[in-house]
Amino acid sequence: MASELRFRYGQRTAIDGVSFTIGRGEFFGLLGPNGGGKTTLFKIISTLVPPQDGDARILGFDLRRDTIALRRRIGVVFQHPSVDGKLTVGENLAHHGRLYGLGGARLRERAAKMLERLGLSDRAGDLAETLSGGLKRRVELATALLHNPELLVLDEPSTGLDPAARRDFLNYLAHLRETAGVTIVLTTHYMEEAERCDRIGVLHQGRLVAIAPPAELKARVGGDIVAINARDPETLRRKIAERMRVNAMLVDGVLRVERPRGHDFVRDVVDAFGDEIESVTFGKPTLEDVFVHLTGHRFFAGASGAREDGARDE
Amino acid sequence: MNEIALQAGTLWLREITRFMRQRSRVIGSFLQPLVFWLLLGAGLRASFKPAGMPAGMDYFEYLYPGFIVLVLLFTAIFATISTVEDRREGFLQGVLVAPISRSTIVIGQALGGATLAWVPSVIFLVLAPFAGIHLSLGAAIAAALMMAVIAFALTCIGLAIAWKIESTQGFHAIMNLILVPIWLLSGAFWPISGAPAVLQWIMRLNPLTYGMAALRQTLYLGETQALGGLPSLAFAIAIAVAFAIATFALAARTARRATAF
Repeated sequence: MASELRFRYGQRTAIDGVSFTIGRGEFFGLLGPNGGGKTTLFKIISTLVPPQDGDARILGFDLRRDTIALRRRIGVVFQHPSVDGKLTVGENLAHHGRLYGLGGARLRERAAKMLERLGLSDRAGDLAETLSGGLKRRVELATALLHNPELLVLDEPSTGLDPAARRDFLNYLAHLRETAGVTIVLTTHYMEEAERCDRIGVLHQGRLVAIAPPAELKARVGGDIVAINARDPETLRRKIAERMRVNAMLVDGVLRVERPRGHDFVRDVVDAFGDEIESVTFGKPTLEDVFVHLTGHRFFAGASGAREDGARDE
Repeated sequence: MNEIALQAGTLWLREITRFMRQRSRVIGSFLQPLVFWLLLGAGLRASFKPAGMPAGMDYFEYLYPGFIVLVLLFTAIFATISTVEDRREGFLQGVLVAPISRSTIVIGQALGGATLAWVPSVIFLVLAPFAGIHLSLGAAIAAALMMAVIAFALTCIGLAIAWKIESTQGFHAIMNLILVPIWLLSGAFWPISGAPAVLQWIMRLNPLTYGMAALRQTLYLGETQALGGLPSLAFAIAIAVAFAIATFALAARTARRATAF
């Protein structure tokens, strides 16, 4: 679907030689911290900006040459709402439909159907600006689906949604994929959202550092995760390496050890260095651990660190 | 073709619908020129008579068409400010990923903005008797058509700027630097024939001068009032229409080249 994509903002490279393929009907997530390049990649896939380098074909259409034909088959949900707050929900849908060449009875029929499917029928006459965040997001989705797209692209769709609304939204996306066979590509920095995807691509500093199903990514982490807080983590790291022959990673002042049978290691390390340790946590790897494993950075390692080397995209 | 009409039409309709829901925005841009006209005209009519003023016309009357154009100018500016905001984050993103060409987007925006500018200026026409102008129906229709052409051209200039810049702050500065001087030097305040030679040349090169000249002449259609050394009506209309087409082409080109944020 895409190979060797590149995108620069002036001197800064936001996307650097990214290549990947997404299958039809797949639920695909682009995971990465803010500034990692995922919004830029979203803009390229949604045809908002053309790639500056590389080849990309979506649904068989060239991203640079066949944009108009391609756009008829793509639905886009933006992070910042693109519905017009001064228009009613129904007017927003009608407006959107006409942009896609729908008019008259066909438009009315499609709009009514989408409103009903997303539970918005009784809100059709309300101004969009009066709706809650969750409802607004549903209106966005209704407009994006109005022209029956084969591919749905979403940028951070659950930003600003409370957990319940987020779950509803994800459930609906999963339902949509199953019933209508719509391919779904979303960008996210929420782990729980990424967990729902068939496969995820992990973006870091404009590069795709991994692409696999979430379970497989977690399996790549060597067993359990032990995180140790210590008064002097650097010294402790050296001691652990010397005496236990275990390499601990120092990430943001916390020692991280990836071990099969992590509970044994917890016991050993507390026995040996109990005085120097303030706390130890132990757990199965999460996608966040996967990210640390792949990049050596914490996922939320202060937005500042990510922004220095990344794109201007958030 | 049908699809382009549908797409441009829906963008036009959106501008109109929004206007109907936030009327204060455009009412302000109508009242401000009205107050300026009344104060300036009333204050200056007794003492001020620029060189080249047509015989039998006082300054209050002379200023009237100029302030019709100011209504057009202000509303066109307001209508295009929303483009900057739409583009930054929000509504226009959804339009940019729709199967619609940038030129069609600009057609819809320009027609919408021009309509919003045109309606209050037509209301301004009702005040013609206060200026001492006896409008015939024919003159009113001709003037309204001319105002539509000017409204379209001014909106397109606004759009060309709005598609280029990234914040509304910059927009105000550019508007004051470009659009207000174009208006000042269009013959709105003093006749070309009475101005110093250098200024005369600048005014002759200003495309809005011809729109203003055409509007001034249509207001007196069928009357014998002397208007003092204006270009002929046919020539003025031709230049005004050409200007509207050129500004549209400029706005469409700017929009095509603009990248999304």
